[in-house]
Amino acid sequence: MSKATELDVAYVAQLARLNLTEEETQLFQKQLRDVLHYAEKLRGLDVTEVEPATHAIPVSNVFREDEPRDGLTAEEALANAPRQANQLFIVPKVVE
Amino acid sequence: MTGADLAALTVADLQQRIRAREISPREALDAVRVRIAQVDPKIDAYLSQDYEAAAAEAESANIELPLGGVPVALKDVINLRGQPCTCGSKILASYRAPYDATVARKLRAAGAILFGKTNMDEFAMGSSTENSSVKPTRNPWDVTRVPGGSSGGSAAAVAADEAIAAIGTDTGGSIRQPAALCGIVGLKPTYGRVSRYGLVAFASSLDQIGPFTKTVRDSALMLNAIAGHDPLDTTALREPVPDYTADLGKEIHGLRLGIPKEYLGDGIEKDVREAVDRAIQQLESLGAKIVEVSLPHTEYAIAVYYIIATAEASANLARFDGVRYGYRAGNARDLLDHYGRTRGEGFGPEVKRRIILGTYVLSSGYYDAYYLRAQKVRELIRRDFDRAFEQVDALVSPTSPIVAFKLGERSADPLQMYLADIFTNAANLAGICGISIPCGFSESTGTRLPIGLQLMGKAFDEARLLQIAHAYEQSTDWHKARPAL
Repeated sequence: MSKATELDVAYVAQLARLNLTEEETQLFQKQLRDVLHYAEKLRGLDVTEVEPATHAIPVSNVFREDEPRDGLTAEEALANAPRQANQLFIVPKVVE
Repeated sequence: MTGADLAALTVADLQQRIRAREISPREALDAVRVRIAQVDPKIDAYLSQDYEAAAAEAESANIELPLGGVPVALKDVINLRGQPCTCGSKILASYRAPYDATVARKLRAAGAILFGKTNMDEFAMGSSTENSSVKPTRNPWDVTRVPGGSSGGSAAAVAADEAIAAIGTDTGGSIRQPAALCGIVGLKPTYGRVSRYGLVAFASSLDQIGPFTKTVRDSALMLNAIAGHDPLDTTALREPVPDYTADLGKEIHGLRLGIPKEYLGDGIEKDVREAVDRAIQQLESLGAKIVEVSLPHTEYAIAVYYIIATAEASANLARFDGVRYGYRAGNARDLLDHYGRTRGEGFGPEVKRRIILGTYVLSSGYYDAYYLRAQKVRELIRRDFDRAFEQVDALVSPTSPIVAFKLGERSADPLQMYLADIFTNAANLAGICGISIPCGFSESTGTRLPIGLQLMGKAFDEARLLQIAHAYEQSTDWHKARPAL
């Protein structure tokens, strides 16, 4: 297991698209280091041959019939849009 | 009957009086509204209320329905069409739900009147409701103290008679712990018992919706209304829904209750330990057989939880990006700036901490060591419970090692806050059901503060859990106590 100090809050925050202040970065670095240090205890356990528990209660292949259903109307879907026009969500320019 | 008396009724009593035409649903709603106006300035349980639609529903309520005319509050993480659903966050401060969550639809179908959304830790991340971006909620038993979290608003509302019942969510204890700290009944159903459609997701493999009530019978009535399969939630299972009130009142003679020996360590406040010991003796005097069991991986539950829950949260909260709804930072230079500032400004510190931790444990090079390993230890924890339930019918423990603490007392140290989840996390990891019921009070701080007893049951064994809880409750007076407000 990797060492707790390898967490680089500034880098991971960038991955998570979170702009942090300098104070936040430093505070979180310390706080999360403590949490990860606490989590080190998992390292000592023998988990060979143990399947990961991806489901709390095992289920698989939950399907429904391929029948169309009502969804939100365009108006409903746009109702909370920060900016909208012509039934479109207006966003900052992505493509140069 | 005065308005205050009316607001203090249970679901069962109110329903009975409504059917006997002693009270109308409109009067019940008005009584709750008046009570909220009187006490919520001190408690701050509610984020929003809307009586216009609710009054119309009350006027036309079908009183023969199981919850006909009963006012029920919803934690503000559940979509109720046309109403705010802030999740306690700035990033959703202006959001209005365009659809109804299944739980809201089912409550209405059972006749409940939905009139208000309650305060919570932001995106259900917290154990004190201090992480709400709006305001903290205060414990009705001592307004200088927290009600617990993350469903603190719903718990405080029921404890203060500001709702006849309320709905919360539990991912690592967020129903059971506030129920314990506020002296009421809080049930976390089995994972998959209640549909999560319309619940804003925190950790998809752990989240479960459940009721806060004044009594165990009320909890069973609420579970009857909200449980069941839902084609809109692939994790809501097809298990049949029994009548959860059917076994209430049955003797518990001969039922085996397990005390996990790993739960008896240090760190439990003296008053809590004594109250729980007395409760266990009480259960024994009712005929239950007390057995010591072992859950060997108990000490790993918190670490496993905070890896899995934060990982899932980092994925679930990626949708809050200022594009289709919610807060958007102005004057973004480019797309990355748009995302970074929207989320940096819109989320509070605890949410950001958890997203960062979750992103890290899922990231390339760390996934195996953290997330995959945690999922394997989760399986070991699940097996611990399977083995324990071969020997006993239910497990018993304190719900929280501590009683309600002062506002601000624990907010500087996230890890310390996380460690208080020790008795509740594991039930979410294993998917099993758990309930907290009042079992006494702590007096050592000078004010009376509630103590909760936790019972945990096998998956889909809520009927048995409620039976045991009811038997204990009816043999004591704890559930009749009310805070002086």
